[in-house]
Amino acid sequence: MKKFLIALLFAPIMAFASGSTAHIDKWPGSVSDKAALQNGAKLFVNYCLNCHGASYMRYKNLVDLGLTEQQVKENLMFTSDKIGELMRVAARSDEQKLWFGATPPDLTIVARARGEAGNAGAGADWLYTYLRSFYRDENRPTGWNNTVFENVGMPHILYGLQGQQVMNHETHKLELAVPGSMPPAEFDKSVSDLVGFMVWMGEPQQEYRRTLGWFVLAFLAVLFVVAYALKKEYWKDIH
Amino acid sequence: MAAGNFEKYKSDGSLAGNALEWVDARFPATSLWKGHLSEYYAPKNFNFWYFFGSLALLVLVIQIVTGIFLVMHYKPDAALNANGVPIAFASVEYIMRDVAGGWLIRYMHSTGASAFFIVVYLHMFRGLLYGSYRKPRELTWLFGVGIFLVLMGEAFFGYLLPWGQMSVWGAQVIVNLFSAIPVIGPDLSLIIRGDFVVGDATLNRFFSFHVIAFPLVLIGLVAAHVLALHETGSNNPDGVEIKANIGADGHPVDGIPFHPYYTVKDIVGVIVFLMVFSAVMFWAPEGGGYFLETPNFYPADPLKTPPHIAPVWYFTPFYSILRAVTFPLFGLDAKFWGVVAMGASVVIFAFLPWLDRSPVKSIRYRGPIYKTLLSIFVVVFIVLGYLGTLSPSPIGELVSQICSVFYFGFFLAMPWWSRMDKFKPVPDRVTFK
Repeated sequence: MKKFLIALLFAPIMAFASGSTAHIDKWPGSVSDKAALQNGAKLFVNYCLNCHGASYMRYKNLVDLGLTEQQVKENLMFTSDKIGELMRVAARSDEQKLWFGATPPDLTIVARARGEAGNAGAGADWLYTYLRSFYRDENRPTGWNNTVFENVGMPHILYGLQGQQVMNHETHKLELAVPGSMPPAEFDKSVSDLVGFMVWMGEPQQEYRRTLGWFVLAFLAVLFVVAYALKKEYWKDIH
Repeated sequence: MAAGNFEKYKSDGSLAGNALEWVDARFPATSLWKGHLSEYYAPKNFNFWYFFGSLALLVLVIQIVTGIFLVMHYKPDAALNANGVPIAFASVEYIMRDVAGGWLIRYMHSTGASAFFIVVYLHMFRGLLYGSYRKPRELTWLFGVGIFLVLMGEAFFGYLLPWGQMSVWGAQVIVNLFSAIPVIGPDLSLIIRGDFVVGDATLNRFFSFHVIAFPLVLIGLVAAHVLALHETGSNNPDGVEIKANIGADGHPVDGIPFHPYYTVKDIVGVIVFLMVFSAVMFWAPEGGGYFLETPNFYPADPLKTPPHIAPVWYFTPFYSILRAVTFPLFGLDAKFWGVVAMGASVVIFAFLPWLDRSPVKSIRYRGPIYKTLLSIFVVVFIVLGYLGTLSPSPIGELVSQICSVFYFGFFLAMPWWSRMDKFKPVPDRVTFK
């Protein structure tokens, strides 16, 4: 009977557990690696922030990456001089729409938004794969296409670092045709750092949140022992 | 046992005593305390399933208190700010980042929404297990169904407020359902939206419903639910009326005062619940993409329909029933009958006290028919819920149709099958180990 019910419960789940598209690599980074996050922040303001905003994020929150306000001002602020300002994009969104066909999305919480429903946390993997999957495609107005995001409006902004990949139409795999300034392993590490920054930026207090959870659970565990003993004491005469 | 039959407090001459006597002469303080807590006699054999009533009350308080603080910084405004982001959406991210402790309050509220439904579903299931809806507790049950309906409305209105993609498109889909009603439908959905599309007018009226109208009704219904329960006294896992056995002291032999016995016991339940709640809130606030859906991290874009619009998990069993109806009938299209089926699948719970004709209340003394059908009902409910989170597909449609037929069959055939079972003799007193 129980087996039958369990089988009945899982039958539809089995029937639908299929259908994935492009292969998604696992993001190898971690949000607790401060050096990597600082490198990611540097890449982000140099490459991404020209077109994409991070408009829920304030520059002053970058000090949480282990930087001083002075360091943030000198190294990471190009379009603003006030540390309390939001990380806005300089370009106007209506103009961008004309240039790229779509307004580049705000990236503050893109790592939380990407990834399928029911698979939270997959955004990092998606971004890590997407940023490494551009290839030359003369049929596209920008000259670039992407295996993860087909016919994407965004050109390959990191091509100077990665070099130029082309699609091998026999193996359906990407091959590096023109090397960039970074060897592939170093480029992967840089993209990983950049994705790490975006994951961190999606929820800057996430590490604190996880740590705080342990304290709250420990407190509740102690409270449980006391409350349980109290209950036992009161109920000892109830038969 | 209702409040009001207790003697007023006589002061012992102390200052506190005098104060209480003064209050008691003007307000039924002692009566309320005794009638609902210290001399409200509850059966002594409550088990695990009896925690969820007090937990539902706890979650209601969590939602109200966190809600009060969220409203201090949330802005129900669909207009775009200087960065091209809707103000409502940006204000939620502002709460998450710039308001001190805002992220914690917001996660409490978002986790609380799902926790509310988990607790309420388990609370309702307890009713099914032990026949708590049977005579004389029909009104308690009806108030409870009312609470469930209002809670669904409350959750639906609240889900629009973050103004994300799923907020807006989910609301668009649900409000459009009303347009399927013949004659008045299109105007009705227009009145609900306040506009031809889900827009700023919709956001503001949903905000008003979410923070004022529905919470008021909810609290009123909860009070009525508890008052009705305390009038009849609680049921228990044996389905035995403890008031049938009154002891020499005038109290039920199998009853114990709610306070202190069940207050100390419920505190243990509350702590265990808070541990589970905190684990989700601190370590998985997105609830695997089910509590906070990933598409809702994109601000609402009226020009871009998401590829797959799914309601939040607690609505999906009923949403599946809606989608399962794919054929027109009596000249009305399938959508209308889907809405009717969905509405009926919720409201049908209200008829349980009169559908169930078994001579015993508790599953402990019912036979294999009830145990089998109730088990399948639970599985069917979960399967419908799961299918409701997926995109429509031919297999899903067929499975949800089979499940929907069982769902309604379970209720509508209950007057017959609930009588046919093999019943065990019900003891005179509660069993307690």
